[in-house]
Amino acid sequence: MKIGLFIPCFMNELYPNVCKATYKVLKNQGLDIDYPLNQTCCGQPMANSGCSKDVKNLAINFVNTFKDYDYIVAPSGSCVSMVKEHYAEFFDNDKDYNKIKASIYEVCEFLHDVIKLENMQFDISFPYKVGLHNSCHGHRVLKLGTASELNIPYNSKLENILNKVNDIELVELKRKDECCGFGGTFSVAEEDISVAMGKDRIKDHLDSSAQIMTGADMSCLMHMDGLINRNNYPIKVMHIVEILAGVRP
Amino acid sequence: MSTNHNHADNAKIFVGNDERMHWHDQALWFVREKRDKASKSIPEWENLREFANQIKTHTMANLDKYLLEFEKNASEKGITVHFAIDAKEHNEIVYKLLKEKEVKKLVKSKSMLTEECHLNPYLEQRGIEVIDTDLGERIVQLRNEAPSHIVLPAIHLKKSDVSDTFHEKLGTEKGNYDPTYLTRAARAALREDFLTAEAGLTGVNFAIAQTGGVVVCTNEGNADMGASVPKLHIASMGIEKIIPRLEDLSVFTRLLARSATGQPITSYTSHFHAPIEGGEMHIIIVDNNRSQFLASEKNKKALNCIRCGACMNTCPVYRRSGGHSYEYVIPGPIGSILGSKKEPEKHNSLPFACTLCGSCTNVCPVKIDLDSQLYSLRQDLGKANLIDSRKKMAMKVTAWLMGKPTLFDFAGKMARKIVPKLPNSILYNKSNVWGRQRDLPKMPEKSFKEMFIAGELDD
Amino acid sequence: MTSKELILKNIKDNNIVKEVKLPSYENFGLKFEDKFQTFSTMIESVGGKALLIDKKDLDKTIKELYPDEKQIASNVEFCSVGNFDANSCEDVHELGDIDLAVVKGNFAVAENGAIWMKNKDNRHRALYFIAQNIIIIIDEKDILNNMHEAYEKISFDEKGYGVFISGPSKTADIEQSLVIGAHGPKSGYVIFTKS
Repeated sequence: MKIGLFIPCFMNELYPNVCKATYKVLKNQGLDIDYPLNQTCCGQPMANSGCSKDVKNLAINFVNTFKDYDYIVAPSGSCVSMVKEHYAEFFDNDKDYNKIKASIYEVCEFLHDVIKLENMQFDISFPYKVGLHNSCHGHRVLKLGTASELNIPYNSKLENILNKVNDIELVELKRKDECCGFGGTFSVAEEDISVAMGKDRIKDHLDSSAQIMTGADMSCLMHMDGLINRNNYPIKVMHIVEILAGVRP
Repeated sequence: MSTNHNHADNAKIFVGNDERMHWHDQALWFVREKRDKASKSIPEWENLREFANQIKTHTMANLDKYLLEFEKNASEKGITVHFAIDAKEHNEIVYKLLKEKEVKKLVKSKSMLTEECHLNPYLEQRGIEVIDTDLGERIVQLRNEAPSHIVLPAIHLKKSDVSDTFHEKLGTEKGNYDPTYLTRAARAALREDFLTAEAGLTGVNFAIAQTGGVVVCTNEGNADMGASVPKLHIASMGIEKIIPRLEDLSVFTRLLARSATGQPITSYTSHFHAPIEGGEMHIIIVDNNRSQFLASEKNKKALNCIRCGACMNTCPVYRRSGGHSYEYVIPGPIGSILGSKKEPEKHNSLPFACTLCGSCTNVCPVKIDLDSQLYSLRQDLGKANLIDSRKKMAMKVTAWLMGKPTLFDFAGKMARKIVPKLPNSILYNKSNVWGRQRDLPKMPEKSFKEMFIAGELDD
Repeated sequence: MTSKELILKNIKDNNIVKEVKLPSYENFGLKFEDKFQTFSTMIESVGGKALLIDKKDLDKTIKELYPDEKQIASNVEFCSVGNFDANSCEDVHELGDIDLAVVKGNFAVAENGAIWMKNKDNRHRALYFIAQNIIIIIDEKDILNNMHEAYEKISFDEKGYGVFISGPSKTADIEQSLVIGAHGPKSGYVIFTKS
């Protein structure tokens, strides 16, 4: 199977090591990965700001770039959600878009659902207390984990994957899946609430003795990292793929 | 309170009192936890939500038919039904009914509709004393404030605030914060009002087309005292309160209180199908811009709302900004939808007072797609040119830049070269909003794309 | 055009909501092994209490629960502690001094500790709210599992009034502290009598 790597624009510029870890983790599973160079932003910031019509060209470019891959994998729950949930308005039951919609995955979701847990070996030790921040789009839209509001059996793909890493200790948070307050342009337009929410999320992790905060969305982690560094909180952020790639804090 | 209707400015003030903000957040999170406990005790909970969604959708598809059926059955039970196209007409009808009976004092139980119509000041200006009898509403009424939550109107107040107000207005002991003491004082004062009022007005939780009666759910017993002691009972309802059959109440009575406060049912679920002996009962059915929702593909489900407040309790933004920050009669997720749809220019900040986390959609007992509606209302505001122009321009430029990979790569490369060399005084200047309370991410040497092209990935 | 006509027109024009079928509740809903136990637990969680006694012990039980209450209104045939006839009052305001109301209920619902009260022989529905305390009498065999079963037994073909009562009145409006006794009765019991 041929995999197209979809790298969120801001991660390409600001978090190349996380992108590298994504590439490495997929390569370690023996997969054939391609990184098409003419990919651009998925358009989420524009759409969330009420300018979704400006996204049309980006959406068309996305479909053209990725239409020939068997799977598209991205280290971002929110970007994958954008493509799956909000591109339909630009395509009139287009066969290429429909194919992409069915074959685009967040990277942990891909490993869990397509490669399958039993086929994965990480052979890594990560002897740290880790708090899992369930980023909202991945959690509630892609259903990477069961949302705490719902009365359905509990399962967390991210926890399942992390538990395959040796010596890791996942801590229990008080609020399992409360939003961190990034919300894209919300982080700037509603700055005070955004900061308050981020700080509360960090505090939940600190109160549970987490040394590392991890998650599947770098945007959330970037927001909280900014607060951690400004306030010198004793915790570090790492993207899940970094842990899976054997990176140490 | 800021006067430019901007949620963010109001929220800033609320967040500024850190201790009180966290207290408010924790109080509402606790209600969410109680709701979770209740919902998880019912194995068929998700089925109930789906039934409720179906009942409401079916009703909305046939709303005109059910309104007529309701009117017919209510009239046969000796209840008079009135229709009001808007808030003004609603208030006029209420006043006319009260004037006819020379009512000087009206006792009122909780009705968000009457808040929406601004009924209280309308009647007070015409010489009628209006007493809000729900304890939370009475407290805010005595303080001359608006309620900050549709189910827990005084959730933003501490017991010391209530004590001070009661000391001033009811003559309770100064500094006595005991909730039981304060509640008993309100009980005594309001009992006087129930026994001397000439009319009682209630809201309506559900109006049953099949039987022509209305159902009111309370814990305090105030709606029943108000509807069963004075001879005149007026019930105000929005058109969307109709449900088809009596048996459909089985679904809603199982969902409502559990979603609202985590109780299995309210203390009282009253089914009014007649006035009291020698009395009169009137029902006023109000549109006030509700019917426009039926024509909206994106927003029609907003009419499913049964006003439980669960979306507010779970909303991390509502919990940290308080109901008054929304400046609309109903706050939180559902309020942001209703307000920005009805008055988009005034409430253009509300769909953005949200991170699109989706928690509200998951707790909604009638499965309103709250987060999708907030997302699409942003697009509506964008199309109608009601978004802040600076934001709009910034987004247009960004979209243009993002659409040109070479240019975007170049911009990124420049940023990576220049930013690390800038002194903090320039980097973290006033216009860097992100940088006010957060550090910027560190600029890496190369982008991922550059690493890939340079063949540095396979090491 | 009248407002009624205008509203109906607003609804009919442009209504794009698609029809769906109404659900059926046959065999739907939580059922309990021990309905009395469940009812008991639920009503205690809302500030009330359930008792199970022989009919002959009713007067004694009431006197034990409420030894100081003076004005007692009862509409239960096998109860003789009542000393005030609410039905003979012309005006509901005359009920204002009732300390205790002893009233019969129709049936109990286990899932939420509620009792359905619909009694056309009760002249003033305010009795259930204006009394300072309330005792509801129910036959022990009249307990249902859930609200779906309950609504199968309820109808309003004629004018009237009915209410589900679950516990005494209460409020948590002052800093979320639960206070039992708001505007309705300050305390409440449900007494199940053995069949």
